[in-house]
Order: sequence, then C-alpha cells, then structure tokens
Amino acid sequence: MLNLKLKIWRQKNNIDKGRFVEYNVDNIPEEASFLEMLDILNERLVLQGEDPVTFDHDCREGICGACGLYINGHPHGKYKNTTTCQLHMRKFKNGETITIEPWRSEAFPIIKDLMVDRSALDRLIQSGGYVSVRTGGVPDANSIAVNKHDADLSMDAASCIGCGACVATCKNGSAMLFVSAKFSQLALLPQGQVETYERVQKMVARMDELGFGNCSNTYACMAECPKGISVTNIARMNRQFLAAKIAEPLKK
Amino acid sequence: MKELNSKIPAGPLSEKWTNYKAHQNLVNPANKRKLDIIVIGTGLAGASAAASFGEMGFNVKVFCIQDSPRRAHSIAAQGGINAAKNYPNDGDSVYRLFYDTIKGGDYRAREANVYRLAELSNNIIDQCVAQGVPFAREYGGLLANRSFGGAQVSRTFYARGQTGQQLLLGAYGALSKEIERGTVKMYARREMMDVVLVDGRARGVIMRNLVTGELERYAAHAVVIASGGYGRVFFLSTNAMSSNGSAEWQAYKKGAMMANPCFTQIHPTCIPVHGDYQSKLTLMSESLRNDGRIWVPKNEKVAERLRKGEIKAKDVAEEERDYYLERRYPAFGNLVPRDVASRAAKERCDAGFGVNNTGLAVYLDFKEAIGRLGQKVVEEKYGNLFEMYERIVDDNPYETPMMIYPAVHYTMGGLWVDYELQTTIPGLFAAGEANFSDHGANRLGASALMQGLSDGYFILPYTMQNYLSDQIGVPRFNPDAPEFMEAEKQIREKINRLMAINGKQTVDSIHRRLGLIMWNKVGMARNEQGLKQAIEEIKALRKEFWQDVKVPATSGGMNNELEKALRVADFLEMGELMARDALMRNESCGGHFREEFQTPDGEAMRNDAEYSFVAAYEYQGPDAEPVLYKEELKFENVEVKQRNYK
Ligand SMILES: Cc1cc2nc3c(=O)[nH]c(=O)nc-3n(C[C@H](O)[C@H](O)[C@H](O)COP(=O)(O)OP(=O)(O)OC[C@H]3O[C@@H](n4cnc5c(N)ncnc54)[C@H](O)[C@@H]3O)c2cc1C
Ligand code: SF4
Ligand code: FES
Repeated sequence: MLNLKLKIWRQKNNIDKGRFVEYNVDNIPEEASFLEMLDILNERLVLQGEDPVTFDHDCREGICGACGLYINGHPHGKYKNTTTCQLHMRKFKNGETITIEPWRSEAFPIIKDLMVDRSALDRLIQSGGYVSVRTGGVPDANSIAVNKHDADLSMDAASCIGCGACVATCKNGSAMLFVSAKFSQLALLPQGQVETYERVQKMVARMDELGFGNCSNTYACMAECPKGISVTNIARMNRQFLAAKIAEPLKK
Repeated sequence: MKELNSKIPAGPLSEKWTNYKAHQNLVNPANKRKLDIIVIGTGLAGASAAASFGEMGFNVKVFCIQDSPRRAHSIAAQGGINAAKNYPNDGDSVYRLFYDTIKGGDYRAREANVYRLAELSNNIIDQCVAQGVPFAREYGGLLANRSFGGAQVSRTFYARGQTGQQLLLGAYGALSKEIERGTVKMYARREMMDVVLVDGRARGVIMRNLVTGELERYAAHAVVIASGGYGRVFFLSTNAMSSNGSAEWQAYKKGAMMANPCFTQIHPTCIPVHGDYQSKLTLMSESLRNDGRIWVPKNEKVAERLRKGEIKAKDVAEEERDYYLERRYPAFGNLVPRDVASRAAKERCDAGFGVNNTGLAVYLDFKEAIGRLGQKVVEEKYGNLFEMYERIVDDNPYETPMMIYPAVHYTMGGLWVDYELQTTIPGLFAAGEANFSDHGANRLGASALMQGLSDGYFILPYTMQNYLSDQIGVPRFNPDAPEFMEAEKQIREKINRLMAINGKQTVDSIHRRLGLIMWNKVGMARNEQGLKQAIEEIKALRKEFWQDVKVPATSGGMNNELEKALRVADFLEMGELMARDALMRNESCGGHFREEFQTPDGEAMRNDAEYSFVAAYEYQGPDAEPVLYKEELKFENVEVKQRNYK
C-alpha cells in the first residue's frame, strides 16, 4: 500500500485561472492503475462533499486516446510507450509527491481541471485525413497488391491514438507528428496515394489555420509519444509537401 | 397486443436481400436533402451509417459521449473481422460463414439476417481496403488471414492486434469527409437522455451536453441508435468506462422492445480480477488460444499451494497438470467456442482447482508453443499481448504461464429489430451491438465488427430509404414542439431528483454491488433460485439507490458523477429484465447456461421444442412486469443439431 501526496491542477472552467491543490491519499494498492488511484481519490472527495477531479478516460487499455495527463512533467508519465491509463502505481514510491496537470497548449483549451478540448485534432483530420471514396462500388480487396514492407510501415503510422501528447509536449505546440502519422499511413498505400499532393497541402493549411505551431525538429514529440510514432513520418510529409507545391500547387 | 413482424422477404435464402433491394422504395436526390436523420453513436455501426447517409445526401446529425467520434469503444477490438472471401482457398463460402454463425449462436438467430451478414462480409473488406485500412498482408502483397474459435477455416482479416482501431479509423475518416462536406454535423460530448415520439413515430432526441450540463432538443425524420453494448451492467467488463445501456433503455421505455436481454457473452481469456478498487477488466485476444494451452493442477492440494504462493506454476510437473479443455473436447481442444471455454474454467475453479490468490484463475501456457516454434515466432505473433499482460500483472508470460479468467465482454441481446433494422417504434432503428440481431445466444469471435459495419455501410442506407420514401412530404420538425418540451421537462425532473437525494453512497459503490449480484446470479451459470433472488436484490438495491446515492453538485456544467448516476439508474432496471429473461428461458443455450438444464457430463441442453424463439419484451410501466412476445425461429436451410465440439 502506498501513501502519496498529489499536487493536482484544479480549474473550474475555461475562464477560471486555476491552481494546484494538494491531496494526501493513503492506502493505494500497488496493483491499481494510475486512473484507479484517481478514482479512489474521487470517491473519497465525493463522500466528503467536495468536487471530484475531472479527467478524460474511456477504454483504460491504451487504445482510445482519451486519457492524457501531465505526470511529474511528462505527458502520460515518464515511461516509454505507455499511456496514462496503462501506468500502474507500482511504478511509484511510498511517500512520493506526484504532480498532475492537464495538457497545456494553445490549441487545447482547458474545459475543467485535467480535461481539455482536443477537437482541433478532429478538424485536422477533416481537412483531408482520409481517402475520398464513397460506400460501395469499390474493387475487390485483393485487386491491388501492396508491398508488405509499406503496409507494415503504414500500420506503424496508423497506430497513433490521437491523444495529443505530441502537441502538448512541443514547445511550439506543433501537431506535425499527429498529422504526419495520418498522412504517412495513407501515402504508403496505393489507395491513399491518389490524393497525396492535395491531402498534404490541405492538412498543412489547416494546421496553420487552427493555430498549431511550426515544427522546429526538436523531436520531443517522438520521445513522449505513447505509441512510438516516428519522426520519419514528419520527414516524409515535408518531402511530399515540397514536391506537391511544385507539381500541383492548390489554388487558394 | 402488438404484432412482431420480422418482415423477412420472400424467396430462397440466398436471394432475399437481392429481392429486397430490387423492390424497396427509394428517395430521389432532391428529396434526400429535405430529410434529417439522427444517429446516436460513432462506433463502427454509427460512424459507417452516418457517413453513408451523408454521402447519399441526407442531412445527418451524429452524437457521441467521448470528446471525439474516433474514441468509440469499437477502437478496442483486437482480434479481427470475418469475411467469406475464401482467399486461403480452404473451403470457405458465404454459406459456411452463415452456417458457422448460426451454429455458433446455438440456433437462436434469424436465418435471413445471418445469411445477409455473411453475404455482405466480403463487401466490407473491399470497402475498408479502399479506405486505406492497413490490414496485415503476406509477402506477395495480398491480404493475410488467421483462424478464430468456432470455425475450421481461416477467414479472419486483421490489422495486428488492433483491428477495431483500424476499422474505426476508416469509418471515422469517411465520417470526417462528410463533416467537411457539410452533410453530417458532429456533436461530441453529448449523451442521449430520451427519444421523442410524435404521433407514434421517432422524431428526435433529448441530449445532455456534458460540458455545459444543458439539455438540448434535436428533431429529425428518423433516429438510429448505435450506442454499443450494455455489458457494464456487470460493473466489471471489458467495455469502456462510458459504455452504457441507457440509449437502448430509453427507447425500450418509449415502446421499442428489448430482445433476448439475458444473452451475454463472457469471454474466456481476460486478465483476472485482483482487487475491489478495480474499474475494468482487460481482454487478452482469443487468438492466444491458437497456441496457448489451458490447464489447472490435477490435485486440489497443489492448487492450494499455488494459491498461497508456496510454489509456482512451473514447479507443477507435466503429469500433475489437467489440460481440461483438451481432455473434455478432444476435437476442438483449446479452440472451443467462448461460452464453452468460459464455463469449463468456472467449473474447475468452483471445484477448488483454481489458481491465483483468489482461486479464480486458470493457466494459459505457452511453454509448448515456445518449444515448438521458438520464442521469436511466439513474440512476433503475440508480442503486444504479452507486453500488455506484463504491464498489468507484472509477470513475464514467456517464463511463467499467463493467468486468465472469464469476463463479461459482449451483449448479444439488445433492441429488437426487424429485417430492416427497425425497432417496434416506427422510424427508430438500431444497429451494431445495440440491436439483438445476428449472434443468437453466443457470438463467434471476429463477427461483431463485421455486423457493425454491414449494418452501417450496407443495410441501413437501403432500409432507411425504404422508410423515408413516404416521409418526403413531412416538413422538418420543430424541436420546440410540445412533445420535445415535455420530454425535456421530465429529464430535468429526473436529474433534479437524483441531485436532491444527497445520500451517503457513491454511484460506483452501488454499481459495484449491482455488478456482484449480476455476476454471481445472472452470470456464467444461472438457476431458478438464484435468479429469483437476483430480481429481489436488484429491486432492493434500486430502492436504496434512489434513497441514498450521493451525486455532488459541481461547479459548472461538467459533472461526471451525474453522468454515471444516470447510467447506473438504468442499469438497475436493466439488470432486473435480464434476470427475468434468464428465468423465463428454461433451457441452456450459448452464453445462457441454466444449471437445471445440462447433460450428465455438464454440457448445455437446449430445448428446441419450447424455446426456439426470440424473446422480446414490452415495457409496461415502472413496477409492472413487462409483456413477453415470442418471435418463432424457423430453420429451413440448416439442420438444427445439439452443438458438439467433442
Ligand atoms: C476489448 C474488446 C475486444 C473486441 N474484439 C473484437 C474482435 O476482435 N472482433 C470482433 O468482431 N468484435 C470484437 N469486439 C466486439 C466489438 O468491438 C463491438 O461489439 C463493436 O465494436 C461495437 O460497435 P458499435 O458501433 O455497436 O458500438 P461502440 O463502438 O461501442 O460505439 C458506441 C457509440 O455510441 C455512443 N453512445 C453510447 N451511449 C450513448 C448515449 N447514451 N448517448 C450518446 N452516445 C452514446 C458512444 O459514445 C460510441 O460513440 C470486442 C469488444 C471488446 C470490448
Ligand atoms: S502521434 Fe503519438 S503523441 Fe501524437 S497524438 Fe498520436 S499517439 Fe498521441
Ligand atoms: S483511456 Fe483509452 S487510451 Fe487511456
């Protein structure tokens, strides 16, 4: 059992200024997950008549991308390839102080406490992160062979869970890792290649529109990404962006 | 009495869907623009339906609880999706997929629906590949397949251990495309509170905006419920934290019937429960049973020493191990269907042979596979699952066998729908896990993804037009109409009532207690006495909830405790209906095992003479017993047999 001190960011809403509040939580089982530890805290707060801590979460198995907390200065905590919900309390020491904050980025306004609004990521995908085919009328699935190596790389890129840790950790608030992952997934497959030039220009333009920062190649994003998305995707997208600008510039 | 009309088209099985499409009514493009459709849910079923409606030119409004449509729980599906492509040339066909699904469901599903599902399975794979879903491929560049429980062919398509994620992201892409075009409007962080009926037809919904806490009214010409499964009535399950039964339940209370509510799938390979603070259970993909061997010790004393931690699994000699699935089912061995595997694990643990400090676990051992294939191959096949296991349990499955135990996973029951996926309320449709349609009493692995996408991409776009074709003259509805205002008022009163209780128990603590009642008495094995007790206990707990729950008032609109309380209030009613249904069904079939109805060697005993029907319930008011309707199931294209996996 662990006894811990939590420093949690509390903020009533988007207008409130917010502050850290300290909580002592005792008797936390080591097998509990990090979010279960917060559940225990919340259950106690509710019984004391206090406002429980709000945070996003859903699948609790590292795949939906809903969870995301800054834990002791790292998005999703300091362990590699781990989402917040996959972090277990056995990784913490008895008596430790744990600081918990929300994603902080201009593109992600705080809704309440540790919950932020990441809908800008959806709007990025809407700008072109798909193949523009309609339902029905498509060819047989095996009519186009796909190089296995490319298919594997595409799958690597497609593993992005859209959590936004890359944006939150970037000092420029850039969404390049996220966007380039979707771009690469599609660029590596023949089905996606048809629209590559148009897609890359539209997605880059939307990034600017939504106020995401520029990428200055510090690669903090890759270090913190819970799904190990590689910055080679960013390089691929930059190359294609330049090629597109020359070959098929989009009309404004 | 209403009449249950399943509207199955005439003609031979293999021509029914073609005939339906040839004769259904259509809506011309200019008129589509005048018609509005509401879709609740953005999982595989909801996202694919909404995107397809949008492409066709309808005006669509789609809602989800999460902050983004991409996070619906379909995202968590691991293993794969079935299709009758027969790419491996191993003898698969539409008929065989249909047959396996009917048999796997223990002959409690509708032939015509299941056949259509098998027929559409191939279109789904084509569609997903065209969308850029990165399915696993072979070196020649063509699609790879693997096998799953309950089938003797390799027909499962997959994207590593993340098939649901990739299929959902494909559908989310299609949805995003339509949002950009403006045909679909997306409303995230919204939860459905009620369906609104005008003159007996579904014409809209009341939603709660989870950020502001406001109630919102939306009107449309038709409503689709694609809200997923209600497995969280058991509290612990492999479902997501926000998975719920409330959308279905509100529809039920407005007159849509609930079908086979007691048919629940308990998945055999999940990480065992370890503490009472636990919030959910994690599935270990069924594919592990391809190479893992399941066992417990032969000797109770050995089991006890394992439980106390005096010895480890690897200290148990080969001849001391009971590979009970291989012993009981030599033909299918470790690959028997899920319901059979789950029950067998429970039987061993109940008899005192279980391991883990709780006694509620069995071993899933890869020693033989590692010896046969080498660690590297095992790692390639299952590496991500082993890693997930190690992360949670802190034990290395390459060295010590995994411990697993069954957990609630899927609900075959759901809103009753006819062949057009329409509920008993005109204009209210249900798709995906939220309807009862295709899996009978037990769902085969890799067929829920198939069903969700066939409902959304290929069935609703047709059947919806058939419904809307005579609605083109009906003007847009006004969400300020009295029916909407009244529904909103009632929800507001319900919320106020909940908040005013200010009792001493948290929502979760009551939900956990409900879960235990359900698990112990309406779970893997059920009997008359236990079910009757469960009904009384649930009623008592419901009363306690409404007298003693504590839902704190929070600053601002966001109130997670209130969200949970509203869902648990519904689970406390749903659980009772599930127990009633289980009590009514005096037979064992699929996931529904009544201890009174088993063969001397413990196998399920179906009763086709009396129970070959879909049980559909009609709501009669808060404390009244629901009315049971029976839809007889006719099997004309398969021979109905006792399932045998021996
Ligand atoms: C861990 C796991 C692994 C699985 N693996 C497989 C597999 O390998 N193969 C397979 O075929 N099947 C698998 N399944 C089953 C399958 O994933 C699901 O049955 C299927 O994805 C359900 O899809 P759906 O669209 O019906 O619902 P979901 O994907 O659950 O989506 C429900 C949607 O409805 C919304 N919603 C719910 N309630 C409300 C409300 N009241 N108001 C507003 N919105 C609401 C949610 O926000 C969400 O958007 C698995 C299931 C689990 C849990
Ligand atoms: S790239 Fe990584 S950090 Fe960024 S959204 Fe995707 S998974 Fe999260
Ligand atoms: S809760 Fe889904 S990834 Fe963490």
